[in-house]
Amino acid sequence: MIEERGAFDILFKVALYSILMLLVVICVAPFLHVIAVSLSGFAAVSEKRVSFWPIGFHLENYRYIMGDEVFLRSFGISVLRVVVGVTLSLLIMVITAYPLSRDSIYMPGRTLFKMIMLFAMLFDGGLIPTFLAYMSLGLIDSFWVLIMPGALNIFLTIIIINYFRGISRELWEAAMLDGANHFDVLFRIFLPISQPVLATVALFSAVGHWNSWFDGLIFLKTQAKWPLQSYLYSLVTTRDLQWRTGAGAARAGELFSQATPEGLATTMILVAAIPILLVYPFLQRYFIHGLTLGSIKE
Amino acid sequence: MQTYAPGPALPLPRAAAVERRPSLRRVLRQSWMLYAMLLPALVLLILFRFYPMWGILIAFKDYKFAEGILGSPWVGLGNFQTFFASRNAWNIIRNTVFISLGKIVLGQITAIVFALMLNEVRNRPFKRLTQTATTLPHFLSWVIVGGIMIQVLSTSGPVNRLLKEIGLPAVRFLGNPAVFPWTLILSDVWKGFGFGAVIYLAALTSINPELYEAAAVDGAGRFARLRFITIPGITPTIILMSCLSLGNILNAGFDQVLVLYNPSVMSTGDIIDTYVFRVGLVGQGGLLNFGLAAAVGLLKSIAGFFLIVLSYWLAGRLANYRIF
Repeated sequence: MIEERGAFDILFKVALYSILMLLVVICVAPFLHVIAVSLSGFAAVSEKRVSFWPIGFHLENYRYIMGDEVFLRSFGISVLRVVVGVTLSLLIMVITAYPLSRDSIYMPGRTLFKMIMLFAMLFDGGLIPTFLAYMSLGLIDSFWVLIMPGALNIFLTIIIINYFRGISRELWEAAMLDGANHFDVLFRIFLPISQPVLATVALFSAVGHWNSWFDGLIFLKTQAKWPLQSYLYSLVTTRDLQWRTGAGAARAGELFSQATPEGLATTMILVAAIPILLVYPFLQRYFIHGLTLGSIKE
Repeated sequence: MQTYAPGPALPLPRAAAVERRPSLRRVLRQSWMLYAMLLPALVLLILFRFYPMWGILIAFKDYKFAEGILGSPWVGLGNFQTFFASRNAWNIIRNTVFISLGKIVLGQITAIVFALMLNEVRNRPFKRLTQTATTLPHFLSWVIVGGIMIQVLSTSGPVNRLLKEIGLPAVRFLGNPAVFPWTLILSDVWKGFGFGAVIYLAALTSINPELYEAAAVDGAGRFARLRFITIPGITPTIILMSCLSLGNILNAGFDQVLVLYNPSVMSTGDIIDTYVFRVGLVGQGGLLNFGLAAAVGLLKSIAGFFLIVLSYWLAGRLANYRIF
């Protein structure tokens, strides 16, 4: 790459790095503020004095949250949803992608199925018809409504299809020649060498499940069955919170005098964000580059 | 990102085929397994995508819960007429398109400029730090990001306090109908520009470095190289992204709007999807009108479908884009 050493060049570099640093700060600052509020004392938060650093540091908000039954239950439901949902999804997507990645002489109708899938990805009945359909299937207020409809993620399936397509034909033919049937080939040969794409798809599926809040909101009538982010939605949007806070705040005999409504809300938001905040920096390359694994470049 | 679908396999010449390929007949005998593998997907598609499509009938009926879909009275295009006659119709369509276009245009520009800047950075750790910080918000839900925005943009929050310190009046980001669409647009750009830049960064790294060297030898400075090599190099990607985003114009960001909107900004913040949600599942003014909601939803689905097909066709024509 060309390197220049003129004064203009140095000026350019200074400006570039400054602007980029500013962008980083703009991206990080809101989180810093919210973290500060969750750790700040009652007086500072009520008087709106908190900027990016806690004032009157305490951990009562976190203590409160960790003991809040409703919060813990919805957290558990979300975790369960991710585990069950991703496992089921991966299984279904993989056995769907394999046949669709084979040449059409082995599978007449393959292209038709792909077209149907593509159509289904772009067009569905709409919110109301879907709601009524789920009702007739008995899914309303059932945990499975969070899992089943999304089990076949067509976009991610296409990525797997393209990856399978890229697996060497010789390998496949050699396996078939050795007497393997399709199931053997898929599970014993393709899967072990598909780890990058499977990791990426699993991650996207997991993040999708973790972040999902609307389905729980409208399909689950009992609030006790809500996943974490649906519960979070209900708290974030009813701007005055139900928790009693301040000097009179108590729950089962414990005093939470430093807790504030804003503090509790931000604490919940942060705890909901923590799994992603922790996982993302280390697995970033799967998130960013994983999507291109399914494409064949000229 | 150019994706080419591999063509159908060319049949091998007879002699080679006998030596190396498994017999076609043998493989075909096992083809039933391929179909078996597709069964779960088929069931899921039918149950959750195609079966609900029956409900589209509701759009043409005055749906009464007690009567069910088939029992409710037929009104033909009545629901559509009601919709277009109401004050709401043009308002929400206008809001949707305005917010959408704002997000698309500002979002892409920011992503492109950011990608161009990041591409100039030689320092690896700094580059990684910047990418991590800017792409992270994309992977958080709008409930989380919206919740943060509500805190940060409130009238006594840090942003307004900063404005006051500079001497500017406080802005009601979430309460002022004139400001609210911009709050939506800009917070969406904030959330997405880092991830949006990824595809442009990929395009930038695929530009042949020899072009830059040749240009430098010919005496082209930084900005000349930008104008004559870099920009033309990513123009196909820009065209591609623009075409594809055309299909999304009617999706102005339901998640975000639902979290951030409130009664005082309804006039400029209500979009098609939130309207359908309110009329169909929440009940405006106490009345739940499934038929109307379904009708509007159907309109949007159809329009959206055509837009997407159009956008993919355009992308195929202008940028050689293929899905499979």
